[in-house]
Amino acid sequence: MAAAIKRPGWIRGALGAVLAAAFGVGLVVALRAASGLPAFQTEQTGYPQVVVPLITGPFGFLAGFGCFDYWLRWAAGMPTIPEDHSQHGAKSWRDYFRFNTDHKVIGIQYIVTTLFFFFIAGLLAMLIRAELSQPGTQFVDAATFNGLFSTHAAIMIFVVVVPIFAGIANYVLPLMIGAPDMAFPRLNALSFWMLPIAGLLFIGSFLAPGGAFGTGWTGYAPLSTGAPLGQSFFNLGVQFAGASSIATALNFLVTIVTMRAPGMNFWRMPLLVWANLSTSMLVIAATPFIAGVQFMVLFDRTLGTNFFQAAGGGDVISYQHIFWFYSHPAVYIMMLPGFGIISEVISTHARKPIFGYRLMALALLGIVVLSYSVWAHHMFVAGMFSWLRVPMMITTLLIAVPTGIKIFSWLGTLFFGKIHTYSTSMLFALAFIVTFTVGGISGVMLGMVPLDIHVSDTYFVVAHIHFVLFGGSVFTIFAGIYHWFPKMTGRMYDEKLGRVHFWGTLVGTWGTFIPMHWIGMNGMPRRVADYAAQFGDWNLLISVFAFVLGAVQLVFLYNMIVSWRFGPRAEANPWRAKTIEWQVSSPPPIFNFDQIPRVVGGPYEFGVPGARHAIMADDGAEVPEPRPTVMGSR
Amino acid sequence: MLGRLPIAKMLAATVAMTAAISAVMLPIGWDGQQASTAAVKIDDLLSVTIVVSAFFFSLVVVMLFYALWKFKAKPGDESDGEPIHGNTRLEVAWTLIPTVIVLFGAGYSWSVLRDIEQPAENPLTVDVFSQQFAWSFGYPGKDNVWSEGELHVPLGRQVHFKMHAQDVIHSFWVPEWRIKKDNVPGITTTAIVTPNRAGVYQLICTELCGFGHATMRAKVVAEPPAEFREWVGGLKEKVPQPLAESIVRDTEANPVPLGAGGA
Repeated sequence: MAAAIKRPGWIRGALGAVLAAAFGVGLVVALRAASGLPAFQTEQTGYPQVVVPLITGPFGFLAGFGCFDYWLRWAAGMPTIPEDHSQHGAKSWRDYFRFNTDHKVIGIQYIVTTLFFFFIAGLLAMLIRAELSQPGTQFVDAATFNGLFSTHAAIMIFVVVVPIFAGIANYVLPLMIGAPDMAFPRLNALSFWMLPIAGLLFIGSFLAPGGAFGTGWTGYAPLSTGAPLGQSFFNLGVQFAGASSIATALNFLVTIVTMRAPGMNFWRMPLLVWANLSTSMLVIAATPFIAGVQFMVLFDRTLGTNFFQAAGGGDVISYQHIFWFYSHPAVYIMMLPGFGIISEVISTHARKPIFGYRLMALALLGIVVLSYSVWAHHMFVAGMFSWLRVPMMITTLLIAVPTGIKIFSWLGTLFFGKIHTYSTSMLFALAFIVTFTVGGISGVMLGMVPLDIHVSDTYFVVAHIHFVLFGGSVFTIFAGIYHWFPKMTGRMYDEKLGRVHFWGTLVGTWGTFIPMHWIGMNGMPRRVADYAAQFGDWNLLISVFAFVLGAVQLVFLYNMIVSWRFGPRAEANPWRAKTIEWQVSSPPPIFNFDQIPRVVGGPYEFGVPGARHAIMADDGAEVPEPRPTVMGSR
Repeated sequence: MLGRLPIAKMLAATVAMTAAISAVMLPIGWDGQQASTAAVKIDDLLSVTIVVSAFFFSLVVVMLFYALWKFKAKPGDESDGEPIHGNTRLEVAWTLIPTVIVLFGAGYSWSVLRDIEQPAENPLTVDVFSQQFAWSFGYPGKDNVWSEGELHVPLGRQVHFKMHAQDVIHSFWVPEWRIKKDNVPGITTTAIVTPNRAGVYQLICTELCGFGHATMRAKVVAEPPAEFREWVGGLKEKVPQPLAESIVRDTEANPVPLGAGGA
């Protein structure tokens, strides 16, 4: 037992969490006693005896679990434990429940954790649709309903879509650039372990007095500053998810800039790498804003500050400016890595080089730059200074241009190719092009101020975000998971089940979210537990499709679990792709490469006689001279 | 490369599909009844947007399905496609053409916005008070009389709504007017509407404001000026003190007129 307490792991982690939480409670009680206040405060927004341990407890867990061991020993001048790589790789499922610095293990930890939360938040969506299937109250009251959709959105955004891309990239990106691992493996592991904490805080808010936070994922002040305790769970959950995201972005930036294999210049990077480079640039500068604004709300709630209390001199609208300064770039944070995945999948299965590779990379950077200058399009009716609307409208509509470049270039890639549609990943990629186009079009409509005035905060917006986040991001996630499943698990998934999942998801997505456009334009506001009787039939139809969409995800779950365990063994390169991760075994060796590969050409040189992307060390002595990439030659 | 594609046929298919989609979608009154001068302009903008959007959607669908039909690999074909890396002219085209089109969309939207927010002579000012979860209205030009849960406006005269939220953010939306504006604690926001169709409508709160959000509605009556005068004349109560104070306390959010672009 004593040894278990000393060794990093779950026992020490649990102990750390309990001790740190107890310390937090003790600190609050002691400080309050010293100030002559009653030990506990149970006013609606306060509860310091809960809020403080919610901060200290997770840190206690992380410390106990071993996330800080190496750094603390080093900082304290103690002898550090030499990295003997015994922690690398995963030999059994138990190894995924350890503090592990191997990027491939962390990638799988990310993906499995985020999928777990995907199903929880999906279940919440099913409850929402059940409640909305008819006008009036079905089975939850309005306050509970607000909690359901708020936690659904917060979990889906902060602990599913944003981090699952980090998970996929964590696994494949170092392999793609020929690196043995990420630049900061310990930071990488810490990033991952902060994530379940965020998810548990969001879910845990259901247990708080007053119920789960019910102010939407947007948490607008002053509704949020006066909301019951659950809101503080949201404020803190965002901190852990945000810190995780920022640290990962830093890690990707350094990894991509410094750890590319010899010969891999920027114009030879696969577009997934470009996409994660762009995303990381967004995360690193935008995410601190949402972290900051949630702290400001937390301070207003617990410390009596007045950032957003009009009565105390605060400015209500500034919340929205700070919030959207993150949250609009956030939609690109949730989309750009998906663009990268689609490029990999389409090029591979069309057996064609990406059409206009350089413009594709530049379009990503264009989106990064533009996305910092469009946030106020969420606020056209918010009562902000009115002159800001037109410039923000113009920049918003201009984002359609680089996005359109990507759509047309993917289509261009298909032309004169040899398109294979046997893999589920390609089906999702092709469907993504059309579905995302619809989401992009409704996005342009929302960007036009006069149209936005009418449909803002209606179901039209719900339709739009689900078309871009589900029909967009989640489709790319499915494409990515199916594409790299053989690489990650060393097994093939079942294509028949994959097709069932694909068609069910496609029909479910369109059936659920297309009618929402209409009922929104026709007068149904969003975030309502009850609605006018005229929308009853449409909502019933939407709910039926939503249940189909929900049910068919179980096929995906079954396919993943059973194929991981029992699927036929995967070859190294089942899709005959060119990028480096496919040139190593499936799953890759523990340290990725015996010898770092040498990159000699572009990543998508399909059909180019004699062209190669990379020379692997075990390819033998025949190593052609590096030659300039053929990208430039048209 | 382009010479080998049936460009004319693909374009024709795109145009045909655009026409078909437009023919189905345009006659549908997506936004519902039109009951203000702004509604027509916004719906016209919507119609233009639908046609342009239908074109791009059709273009994507036609390109995708043509490629899938023409370039699908035969079973067992393991060869690669043609090593085409791009086409500068095409890439420039699909960068510039959409840029021009979205800029046109922005310009058109801007002009609609300027039109619908153009202040008119002699408007009627109505104070809107929102609180969890009810609406009330004051008529400063009519001895500050007060109406709870029921808003009346005369037809054919521009109304300036001055909004005052008492607790959290609410949002004022009458779908038939196509006008929406948040009510923000601490500031006065303004919405401009010229109702032009008599009828009874619903004022809907569209900003999540708590558990009563879905039920935060008010009755809106647009009626001929004579009937409106009669109704206002019948109001006995004055705007209650706390609400009247919020008018004085709130700062004006838009010191310059609403004209788009700060004009």
